[in-house]
Amino acid sequence: MDTDQLIRTLAADNAHRARPVGFALMLALLAAAPVSLLMFFTELGVRPDIMVAIRNPFFDLKFAVTLALAIAAIAVSLHLSRPEASLRGFGWLLLAPVGILAAAIGGEMMTPQRMPMMTRMVGKNSSVCLVAIPLLSLPLLAGSLIGLRHGAPSRPAVSGAIAGLLSAGLAATLYASHCTDDSPLFVAAWYTIATALVTAVGALAGAKLLRY
Amino acid sequence: MRERDDEWTGLMRSAIEGDSAAYHRLLKAVTPVLRAAARRGLARAGQPVDQSEDIVQDILLAVHLKRHTWDVSAPFAPWLFAIARNKLIDALRRRGRRIFVDIDDFAETLPSEIPAETASASEVAAQLKTLPARQREVLHSIAVEAASIKDTAAKFSMSEGAVRVALHRGLASLTAKLREH
Repeated sequence: MDTDQLIRTLAADNAHRARPVGFALMLALLAAAPVSLLMFFTELGVRPDIMVAIRNPFFDLKFAVTLALAIAAIAVSLHLSRPEASLRGFGWLLLAPVGILAAAIGGEMMTPQRMPMMTRMVGKNSSVCLVAIPLLSLPLLAGSLIGLRHGAPSRPAVSGAIAGLLSAGLAATLYASHCTDDSPLFVAAWYTIATALVTAVGALAGAKLLRY
Repeated sequence: MRERDDEWTGLMRSAIEGDSAAYHRLLKAVTPVLRAAARRGLARAGQPVDQSEDIVQDILLAVHLKRHTWDVSAPFAPWLFAIARNKLIDALRRRGRRIFVDIDDFAETLPSEIPAETASASEVAAQLKTLPARQREVLHSIAVEAASIKDTAAKFSMSEGAVRVALHRGLASLTAKLREH
């Protein structure tokens, strides 16, 4: 086929309208969410003392951190789905959860605590946390990658990594309602390791799946 | 350059609003610039420049299938050159060369080095043969016989909607096959 013929064919297909990437991402996440929710409620479930826990500001701060991560990562991943976009000017959004977490740690340092710092950081649920967050994020990661395939990212591995952050943020939001360790030090240590794991998987998968 | 970019942006806006003639004109206008840049990239990588048409067609397909990622309030050229650069790097990498491709390769093409002819390429044509019969027939009818969607529908006793679906699916799977190839 010569190029003039190809151009004629593409022009004939001009009426076809693809959905925006944000819409595709939303649909894919809505399809993936029930799988993660099912995994969560069959294996973990919300902690029994939730009604008491929500009055503890450090319990609530866990959600501020994980949701800030998820929302920032959604915004960055949509930005990066445009071919001419780079992280510059947008990457700082990802610092929002880090800032909230740092403020929470500062806040905890200034309030009297019953347990020593190391005990709070090591916590009781670290191994569950390291398994649960990555597993809960897998369906969401698959969904994000499927949604982001509608985009045209210039660096697929970076976009895949952001998809990893996005799904880890959502999975950690679920997990945070199960976990009885509320210290921001615990979050900073274990949630971060779990998130890094998912981010690495996202980068590897993205490098393959997000090429266009 | 500035005038050219503004003209492209205007044409693309009209295209998005449904003006297929503007879209056709835009693709015709950008192709020589893409071709010149592809030739230069191949030459610099020590590859025969006669493969440039495969790269041009690859870029045009990507432009077509990813045009919803273009922001209508932004200029068109940076978006186009980002896609083209990505595809050129991919193509050179597939041929075993890693090479730095500068965005200026596209932006600074001089009118004098722009070859105007249309050329044939082998990769799209080869992948076309592997498509399902219906998609292949529809693509052939529109591309080679220059038939309209309406005429194609009448010829194969299909609805116009079915022709449009086959056309779009054909282009999408053609692109997917080129990527795997």
